[in-house]
Formats: sequence, structure tokens, C-alpha cells
Amino acid sequence: MANPIHQFEIYSLTDKHFVLGGLDLSYTNSSLWMTIAVVFSTMFLTMAMRRKALVPGRMQVFAESIYGFVANMIRENIGSKGRQYFPLIFTLFIVVLLGNMLGMLPYSFTYTSHIIVTAALAFLIFFIVVLIGLFKHGFHFFSLFLPPGVPWWLMPLIVPIEIMSFMIRPVTLSVRLFANMIAGHIMLKVFAGFSVGMMAAGGLITLGGLGPMLFNSVLIGFEFLIAFLQAYVFTILSCIYLKDTVELGH
Amino acid sequence: MELEAVKLLAGAIALLPLIGVGIGLGLIFASYNEAVGRNPNAAELLDKKYFLAFALTEALAIFALLISLYLVFVG
Repeated sequence: MANPIHQFEIYSLTDKHFVLGGLDLSYTNSSLWMTIAVVFSTMFLTMAMRRKALVPGRMQVFAESIYGFVANMIRENIGSKGRQYFPLIFTLFIVVLLGNMLGMLPYSFTYTSHIIVTAALAFLIFFIVVLIGLFKHGFHFFSLFLPPGVPWWLMPLIVPIEIMSFMIRPVTLSVRLFANMIAGHIMLKVFAGFSVGMMAAGGLITLGGLGPMLFNSVLIGFEFLIAFLQAYVFTILSCIYLKDTVELGH
Repeated sequence: MELEAVKLLAGAIALLPLIGVGIGLGLIFASYNEAVGRNPNAAELLDKKYFLAFALTEALAIFALLISLYLVFVG
């Protein structure tokens, strides 16, 4: 039976490995699916918005509803000052959503199931938050670690906790997405493995193989929900982290 | 004890947080349903908060699962 972890293997698509300064920069299956996500989203959004009809067609409605969804999320979580971060948040949402959704295609590769990808996205957000905070507020940015209304004798306790919870954010943000994707896909493959094993057993047990298969179809629906939900959570948490620096001292 | 057995036991113990996550998810579902039952108009407002709370709580279970898988297959 195939190993359930096997689906996460990264391999080079070219025979010759492209090595630069000790780093293997070959074009892998992960890069291929990232390219597909970029091409697909660019093509879809430009095609959908090409005609800009007053009464939108099917594709335009879909593109506009994605826009409205993200714009609403920013308005609710950051406020009117958050409009300038719309391109960042929208791109982040599309990248994570397509990574999760393309991973649901058979024989495809989920690039969000690798911690290096999600950690890169999460640390990008982390450094953007820190840099915006430092440029906008200067030294005042460090008052983020001092919640207002805290009595002075609690400060030695509160400040380290606040600093730690700030530093741990990119780690939890990336591990949440990556672990959800990896756990979901392993679960699907394990149940598929049960089904294959029972079908191969012969006799009456063959019919029993339908059980895991039916359960697997339910799980696939659940995985689609998780794929969307995790993209939503990733972007909404990025919004909340951005809000902390944008609205400092309010 | 043999190393294999210890690994499996460690993997099982690492899944103990599921007790807490189960209780937490139950509380989230219960309070969401109760709130919507009392005030159906609030459903739209509560939906997003509810999904966020669900995903954040569920992530803890997935962290535990990851640690367990690590202990059994890698460690």
C-alpha cells in the first residue's frame, strides 16, 4: 500500500538539478503548482473583469464577490485606514486559497502543506507589521507591548508575556495552516488505503470496502470547507496583526 | 519496554489535548446555537466569529496530531 506521506514529496521536474551556491533551485512540482496558481488567478481575474459590464456576467459576479469579501474583511478588522493594505491582503488570500484548493485536485500537489511556504508567508506578514509600526510610530511602536491600564507593579510580568505572544505569532500562523493541510490530506489517504485494502481482501470483505469510500466522500467535502476556512483564518489573522500597528494607541 | 512500544505510547499521550479541544468545540457549537436560537437576526454577525473560533480551537487538536505523528514516525 502506498505511504500516506508520499504525496508530500518534492521532486525536481528536470533531470538535471540546477544548483546555485549550494542551494538546489530546480523547478519542482511545488513550483509547478505555484505557477499554475499564479497563471490561473491572473487569467481568471483579468478575463472576468475585461468587459466591466454594469450588469455583470457569471464570472464578473464571482470576481466581484471575492473582492467584496476581502474588502469587507479589511473594513471590519482594520477600519478605513486599512484600504491601502488591500493589495497585500487580497494577494495573500488568493495565494493561500488557491494553494489549498488546487491541492484537492487528484494527483496534484498542495504547496501550502510545506512549512517553508507557510512560514515564508507568515514571516512576511510579521516583518511588514514590524516595519510599518517602526516607520509610522517610531519608538512609540514599543508601547504595543504595554497594554494601557496595567498597574506599574504588573509590568515586569505583562511585558515579557506580550513580547513572547508577539514573537510566537508567525510560528502559530504558519504551523496552523501547514498542519491543517497535512493532517487533512493524510486522513484522506489513510481512509482510501482502508478501502483499497478491504477491496483486495476478496469475499464478503470486498463489499465492506465501500464503507471507508463513502466516508471518504464526506471527508472530501469537509476538506473543501477546511481549505476555505484556513485561507480565511490566515488572512483575518493577518488583518488583526496589521490592525495592532495601524491603530496603535487608540 | 521496547522502543517501538514507547514510541506508540508517547504518540497516544501526545493526543491527550484532544479532550480539551473536544470540550472547547462543544462549548463553541453550543453557545453559537444558543445565541442564534435566541436572536436569529444575529446569525450573520456571529457566523464569522464562530468560524474563526472553530478554526482556532481546531488548530490546537491538529498541533497535537502533528506532534503525535512526529513521535511515532520520525522521533
